[in-house]
Amino acid sequence: MSETIEIEAKGLNFYYSGDIHVLKNINLPVYKNTVTALIGPSGCGKTTLLRCFNRMHDLYPKHRYEGEILLRKENILKNPIDIINLRSRIGMVFQRPTPFPMSIFDNIAYGLKLQGIKKMADRYERAEKALRHANLWAEVKDKLHASAYELSGGQQQRLVIARALAVNPDILLFDEPTSALDPLSTAKIEELLETLKKDVTIIIVTHNMQQAARMSDWTGFLMLGELIEFDRTEKIFTAPSVKLTEDYITGRFG
Amino acid sequence: MKREQIRKIEGVIALSLSTFSAFLGLFWLVFILGDVLVHGIAALNLSLFVNDPAPVGVSGGGLRNAFVGQLMITLFATLIGVPVGVLGGTFLAEYARGTTIAKVISILSDIMVSVPSIVIGTFIYAIMVKPLGHFSGWAGAVALSIIMIPVVLRTTEGMLALVSWDLREAAFALGAPYYKVIIQVVYRGAATGILTGILLSIARVAGETAPLLFTSFNNSFFSLDMNHSMSSLTATIFQYAMGPYAIWHTQAWAASLVITVFILFLTILGRIIIKWRYK
Repeated sequence: MSETIEIEAKGLNFYYSGDIHVLKNINLPVYKNTVTALIGPSGCGKTTLLRCFNRMHDLYPKHRYEGEILLRKENILKNPIDIINLRSRIGMVFQRPTPFPMSIFDNIAYGLKLQGIKKMADRYERAEKALRHANLWAEVKDKLHASAYELSGGQQQRLVIARALAVNPDILLFDEPTSALDPLSTAKIEELLETLKKDVTIIIVTHNMQQAARMSDWTGFLMLGELIEFDRTEKIFTAPSVKLTEDYITGRFG
Repeated sequence: MKREQIRKIEGVIALSLSTFSAFLGLFWLVFILGDVLVHGIAALNLSLFVNDPAPVGVSGGGLRNAFVGQLMITLFATLIGVPVGVLGGTFLAEYARGTTIAKVISILSDIMVSVPSIVIGTFIYAIMVKPLGHFSGWAGAVALSIIMIPVVLRTTEGMLALVSWDLREAAFALGAPYYKVIIQVVYRGAATGILTGILLSIARVAGETAPLLFTSFNNSFFSLDMNHSMSSLTATIFQYAMGPYAIWHTQAWAASLVITVFILFLTILGRIIIKWRYK
């Protein structure tokens, strides 16, 4: 397992609606080609933290970041920043599948178009590669021009992952990607994430403790906007050094 | 009397009253449509569509001028009204979502929907007809477009609001700027709804008479010049129905049938699209 830091939050504070202090002095290194899970009770700020990494909060007024997030040593919180380039390097997958109202192929081509890839042949090639990568190619190769809404929920989620992969991101952010899926589709997504980490660095927010234990290499435990503990997953789940972490993972609260 | 009995009697009374009211309403509707159908079909013939009105006393003649004028005025009203309505609705649902100005505009356009159309006719008369000194097809088109705009605007706003916010965030997460998110993702999601709103707004204005009497007026001759007074089916029906000649009455019936069928077609098409999309 490599020890190169891909992205790192340093002294990160985040406020929204003016002055609501949501993230408090977060220091979180994320290592290249690993899966980092963020766990914690509802409202602890794990999704908020995740959305700092691709600056999703920029969509809403009155937000404020303090501190730094270093993506390969470059602070992505500084302004001005090329947000389009940032978001193509750091993709995001949401809780509920979000296919666009267009064909399966067009969904994937959407990100490619934004990147200025004009040749159809290139788009097809990249789309096939991304769909294979997301373990969806076999299921959709004969109906690339069918509506994405014809796919099942699990397939839609893999399509959305393929769409994010097609633009060759360095990092993928997952916001509870399986909480709207059935167990079988969940297993498929988990398997997929295992194979994806060869190529991308993954940060995943999850409510499901078993999921974090099963598939992550590193785990961060957040509570009330603070990062209580961050360590290798096996350490967190077997011998956490903070009492609060132990209480949470053993189900005493949360 | 027991309480159950009282309730049963109340139930029967309420049911009979509402059924009676429903049939009373339906009766007039069927009566009017039936009358239009019977008289209209009897008066329909090819000459109506290919010939212009003949001078009074000369037999034959048709309403080609009115059909063409109606289509042109409606077409240009649509070309003016739809872009303004769709863009305005986009502003309300996307850029101004949740702001006070958006709420004020929404309420104002709801009021606009129910403004009597004759008021809009006189308004356009005052700003376009009087200053220029003559009636014109353009004035008619503008008057109709003003009636269309609030309808299209509110439908667009509603349909865009139905597109889930997740979908927009997903597009943002791929690096798309807001205008591309709206045009390429949100409009696609709302397309059938917006299209339905447009069709229904065309149906709404196609039957308007009052605003046209003040703007495009009428013209007994065939004309494609939007700068001059222009004939329309509704204004022609108004004039012919009031006129003294039997042939005028017959032709007014035929014109009524044609415009009724046209509006019915648009409305049904709109319903079918809604049903097909949201089944």
